[in-house]
Amino acid sequence: MELESHCPTGDIEKRWENHRFDLKLVNPANKRKFDVIVVGTGLAGASAAATLAELGYNVKAFCYQDSPRRAHSIAAQGGINAAKNYQNDGDSVYRLFYDTVKGGDFRSRESNVYRLAQVSVSIIDQAVSQGVPFAREYGGLLDNRSFGGAQVSRTFYARGQTGQQLLLGAYSALAKMIAAGKVAMYNRHEMLDLIVEDERARGIVTRDLVSGKIEAFTADAVCLCTGGYGNVFYLSTNAKGCNVTGSWRAHKRGAAFANPCYTQIHPTCIPPAGEYQSKLTLMSESLRNDGRVWVPKDPANAAKDPRSLSEKDRDYYLERIYPAFGNLVPRDIASRAAKRMCDDGLGVGPVVGDKRRGVYLDFADAIKREGKARIEEKYGNLFEMYQRITGDDPYETPMRIYPASHYTMGGLWVDYDLMSTIPGMFVLGEANFSDHGANRLGASALMQGLADGYFVISYTLGNYLAKKGKNDVGADSKLAKKAVKEVEKKIADLIEIGQKGSTHPDEFHRRLGTLMYDKCGMGRNAEGLKEALEEIPKLREEFWSDVQIVGSGTELNSLLEKAGRIADFIELAELMCHDALDRDESCGAHFREEHVREDGEAKRDDENFAYVAAWEHTGDHGAPKLHKEPLEFEYVKLSQRSYK
Amino acid sequence: MSETIDLKLHVWRQSGPKDKGAFADYSKHAKGISTHASFLEMLDVVNERLVAEGEAPIAFDHDCREGICGMCGAVINGVPHGHRKQTTTCQLHMREFQNNAEVYVEPFRAGSFPIIQDLVVDRSSFDTIIQAGGYVSVRTGSAPDANEIPIPKQISDRAMDAAQCIGCGACVAACPNASASLFLSAKLAHLNLLPQGQPERYRRTRQMVLAHDQAGFGGCTNHRECEAACPKGISTDFIARMNRDVLVASLTDKDGELI
Repeated sequence: MELESHCPTGDIEKRWENHRFDLKLVNPANKRKFDVIVVGTGLAGASAAATLAELGYNVKAFCYQDSPRRAHSIAAQGGINAAKNYQNDGDSVYRLFYDTVKGGDFRSRESNVYRLAQVSVSIIDQAVSQGVPFAREYGGLLDNRSFGGAQVSRTFYARGQTGQQLLLGAYSALAKMIAAGKVAMYNRHEMLDLIVEDERARGIVTRDLVSGKIEAFTADAVCLCTGGYGNVFYLSTNAKGCNVTGSWRAHKRGAAFANPCYTQIHPTCIPPAGEYQSKLTLMSESLRNDGRVWVPKDPANAAKDPRSLSEKDRDYYLERIYPAFGNLVPRDIASRAAKRMCDDGLGVGPVVGDKRRGVYLDFADAIKREGKARIEEKYGNLFEMYQRITGDDPYETPMRIYPASHYTMGGLWVDYDLMSTIPGMFVLGEANFSDHGANRLGASALMQGLADGYFVISYTLGNYLAKKGKNDVGADSKLAKKAVKEVEKKIADLIEIGQKGSTHPDEFHRRLGTLMYDKCGMGRNAEGLKEALEEIPKLREEFWSDVQIVGSGTELNSLLEKAGRIADFIELAELMCHDALDRDESCGAHFREEHVREDGEAKRDDENFAYVAAWEHTGDHGAPKLHKEPLEFEYVKLSQRSYK
Repeated sequence: MSETIDLKLHVWRQSGPKDKGAFADYSKHAKGISTHASFLEMLDVVNERLVAEGEAPIAFDHDCREGICGMCGAVINGVPHGHRKQTTTCQLHMREFQNNAEVYVEPFRAGSFPIIQDLVVDRSSFDTIIQAGGYVSVRTGSAPDANEIPIPKQISDRAMDAAQCIGCGACVAACPNASASLFLSAKLAHLNLLPQGQPERYRRTRQMVLAHDQAGFGGCTNHRECEAACPKGISTDFIARMNRDVLVASLTDKDGELI
């Protein structure tokens, strides 16, 4: 396996422009001869499918939900970054680039990140033209807010529903192209395999989730836009259906998986309340703009009404430890600080397991300063959501928050053109690894998904198709039929086990999640990771002998869907632990407890670990093989991150 | 308030579109439900108990479980998404129910939402309506600078009020005519209010209203049950606004010129 990043060289400001000029073009008349498969219809998938169809390609798009509009991008609340500098506060493409590389703790590619910052500007233009109702000032111009990890206001937002509005924009563009007959949309379809032959992706195998029909679809290129794998932790802010299956099955067909241990734990989620908990709900990080995080100084005050505690009894620990950034430090730093407070017995809220897992996020000062109406305007829907879930009114009493799995920076390895190690298979959005390094800054996920879908794949896909031409393997070929048979057999095997099995698939998922939070979560160490690497194969074995599935494969069957996805999560978890163990340094969200600076922060080892770890699958029971792509920094000076 | 409650739970079971379907009594599976659990987490618990007995779990649509994706939805004691105002099924919590409460759960019912299984219905007719014109025809890359067209804040806010529709279909399930007018009018208002939506305003209105009617949804006769059931509190004012646009559309030709 060769890792060739194809990153352009030279002046960083000109790299993307020069690269675009070097890319081959497909002439308009020929575009309509090419078929492209897009899996997933979140921001990356919907924008890619719409854009490619507008260019003239024939697109087949797939989603597991009942409508492309429901993909989990819809749940992003806070906003989207763009280097517009509308606020005249010193922002620039270079600054967004710099902040993103630094925020990612110097584990991303400079070329990719610079391109992301450049196209961020066009994303806002595109979205506004589609009718995305971003927040505005009274003069009619766009409003901005600041966000974690940045000292400028560059975040565009639509109340607390920015992801929803951006997705509806991309979905409307997709709907237009479906109506134009250029996109064939397959709802309630799940990708279960990638068809590869002679080093080229030829198509995919899907299951119709309603009828159970297994079918092959072939195309000249495949774009995976299947999102992240945060649900490996069971309790996460992801939607229940989010899964790694598309990425994982492609990995098993030869796509390298990069930096799987880079998983982001979001600092502002509503703490878990009990055993039946099925997911955790995120409260937008934008709340940290106006909310102040604190815990009681004395553990004896943990159960008291927070309003009864005077200022001198409170520890505003983020403001104390990080005076420059205060409550706006990057996510990983805020998460670990919260965990440290709770581990030290200073947490608040109900006791879950053995300790109180929560810290206060207090709006009393902001309400006093700006008035309830202004706070309601900014965060009304978030406050409502909090009250609905917890029964507490955040206008009256501080919120309780705790970190939860939220986003995965790791993903399938791609080159500068977003192509994986399988030629013809491209990976966009959260599903790839490329832009966020070891930690993603707030409001950058929406930016990356749309950058990849609207403004990158449209150029790079053409280059590939112009060079490689048509794929001659059709859906009725022997190869495709064999791929369908294999998937059918795998499902039949799973059902056969499932009919005798006695453990609900969710039970395996919960056990996996607890194990991963414990050993490969906010803090990791060699000993714990080694233990996890012993426990996961046992869990996997137990799963494959005792998972329970009721019903058949030829109907809507939620247990079968879950079991298939959990099987892949178990395998991924093992790879995550290998990666976390191998990366014997701390960086960004990957916090190895053995490598801590004196001030308690992550201690990077640039000499030995300034590389992308890309893992090759070597068979179901083989050890994964590590390939390294070295990271070089010409523009951003490697430094220890400091937000103090 | 006690920490757990028992429910007298009745859930609609229907194996497929052609099956007649009936309520099944799951009271014995719905005991000891935590009041902090969400309604869907209650169904999860019931399902785990059903599966442990070798029975097929109740099929229901759900995804984000935070009230934004619009995938979940059931009629709970006769009310789409249950009795709590402006709350999706996934955000309804069991603290809203009394101990030993009688709870009936059934799918969103409308001719244009065929039942797939149990509580799962096919809402693809909503996608069809959007495909008829719920977009601004702007190609990727051709957009002017985002601040080139100032939009008065109150107009932008009003568009946002409409745009936050999650497309769940509760408005249809609540309407005695099974009309999707609230959904349709919200989509129209979002784009028709904004300057970007003006060039296609009347064409969009004509085409989307036609698609709505062709999908078999009924007409609006001002019961306003939709507004009461809408988890996002979308106002029926948008229906009035739509009717004005329909009137103007009927007076203009294809090019938007007054006849």
